[in-house]
Amino acid sequence: MKISRRQMLILLPAAAIAWEHVMAGTPEAAPNYAMSEHWWSMLIDIPKCIGCGNCVRACQAENDVPDGRFRTWVERYHVHDEDMMNPEVISPDGGKEGFPSVAKEDSGKYFFVPKLCNQCVDSPCTQVCPVGATFVTPDGVVLVDQKYCMGCAYCVQACPYGCRYIHPQKQVADKCTLCYHRITKGLTTACCEACPTGARQLVDLKNPNDPIHEFLRTHPVQILKPQMATGAKVYYHGMDGSVR
Amino acid sequence: MSAFKDAGHLLRFAGLFVLAFIVFLVVRRFVVPKSFGEYGHYRGAAIAEIAAHPAQFAGHQACEACHSDIADAKSKGKHAHVNCEACHGPQLKHADDPSSGVPPKPDTATLCVRCHAASAARPKDFPQVDAVAHANGVPCETCHKPHDPALGAGGTQ
Ligand code: HEC
Ligand code: HEC
Ligand code: HEC
Ligand code: HEC
Repeated sequence: MKISRRQMLILLPAAAIAWEHVMAGTPEAAPNYAMSEHWWSMLIDIPKCIGCGNCVRACQAENDVPDGRFRTWVERYHVHDEDMMNPEVISPDGGKEGFPSVAKEDSGKYFFVPKLCNQCVDSPCTQVCPVGATFVTPDGVVLVDQKYCMGCAYCVQACPYGCRYIHPQKQVADKCTLCYHRITKGLTTACCEACPTGARQLVDLKNPNDPIHEFLRTHPVQILKPQMATGAKVYYHGMDGSVR
Repeated sequence: MSAFKDAGHLLRFAGLFVLAFIVFLVVRRFVVPKSFGEYGHYRGAAIAEIAAHPAQFAGHQACEACHSDIADAKSKGKHAHVNCEACHGPQLKHADDPSSGVPPKPDTATLCVRCHAASAARPKDFPQVDAVAHANGVPCETCHKPHDPALGAGGTQ
């Protein structure tokens, strides 16, 4: 068979298109889930937190978080009346097994602050990644592509909230995924599922029926370190000014 | 024309450059993952890979479908908003296939005090007891039903 120059000119782009198709593979679409319809975040209701550590244990079980590393953890603040600026903060093993009891006589106030990735919109961690291994998804979750990550730990240093770590076995960056594998299937996160008091609630800011809209209208809320302009979107209700 | 006298090796150099550029394009074609740039400066397929992570917690809706008796009892009591897996731990395997194993009974000696041990650090309105003075070693479930724990005026017993 002889192929003329003209036929060749037609065949080449056709072959290119076919090759393109082979390279693209088949997209693994999650059924009935459209990223563009969601904007995920979380609400932390500090006065409801009892410091039981259920969220920390649930997170470690759900996400195979290595011992001594935390995707979420709980801090206990002890603020003395005369010294707002210097709270005593403890988090024994991330609060995984709860906290030591406090006798009634102690002075000052106590409260618990659950922490997790703030799922920032202008996240410093994604901006410093040299290889594009960490990113904000179209539905507002900061994720790490562990196949692409080379473990340089720039992002670990960049996060102003200390929410990232290098996985001791995989040697790549690891962090809270907001249980992306659950929320895309209509489930709540493991920490919210295990929280007994509703101190943590998954919210979808793009869902007009989410109770978060009524809550935000009627309650004062804060984000952590707003002066860093990270676009953090984990909302804290009832947070004391001493929290950092 | 003296300036172009030795143009030959300039052309060869240009040719080499073009060739290297083509090689670069071809190599790039193969090493850059197809989905890179699909949504931004990252591998789009990573999103689906992370979404495929296996879950451990079934969610209380799953438990309630089969254990409706317990769900009913619990929904009337003070533990109405405490989800099954907050006490029973992650049980997706059991929920997917109950014959795969029966979840162990939670040890109330450690379970209940995790939430209810008295501490001034806890919110004042949360029910708390000094376990030693309150129960004196008697297991909590001898008096309280875990799924509907309140006794006295607030209880349904
Ligand atoms: C598909 C139905 C089904 C679902 C869903 C289910 N279970 Fe079960 N579960 C069973 C059956 C059946 C048994 C009894 C097994 C036996 O006795 O051999 C059982 C037993 C149990 C037991 C032990 C009872 C005992 O006698 O010690 C616990 C605890 C339990 N389930 C908790 C849960 C929790 C928590 C969930 C939600 C994550 C759940 N189950 C979801 C069917 C289900
Ligand atoms: C406050 C903690 C707590 C919660 C919440 C809870 N359980 Fe339990 N559950 C227990 C404890 C403790 C036992 C063991 C009781 C015993 O040893 O007699 C138990 C026992 C059981 C059993 C064994 C049979 C029985 O009646 O004793 C089943 C089945 C069970 N739970 C299912 C559920 C399901 C389903 C839910 C959610 C609707 C749930 N539990 C929520 C603490 C809890
Ligand atoms: C994961 C946390 C958690 C665990 C574990 C837990 N509870 Fe509770 N318990 C709660 C919450 C939340 C309430 C509701 C508090 C409220 O109404 O403000 C509650 C309420 C109660 C009450 C009712 C108090 C009242 O107001 O009258 C009793 C009694 C009680 N629990 C006993 C138990 C016993 C016994 C166990 C162990 C089987 C247990 N709890 C395990 C979270 C827990
Ligand atoms: C000997 C029976 C008995 C045992 C054992 C027992 N309780 Fe109680 N508990 C009671 C009674 C009775 C009340 C109700 C007191 C009231 O309503 O004033 C109560 C009340 C409570 C309350 C509510 C307190 C409040 O401020 O409203 C909690 C929480 C509680 N118990 C937890 C526990 C835990 C945790 C254990 C296990 C360490 C336990 N109980 C063991 C009998 C018992």
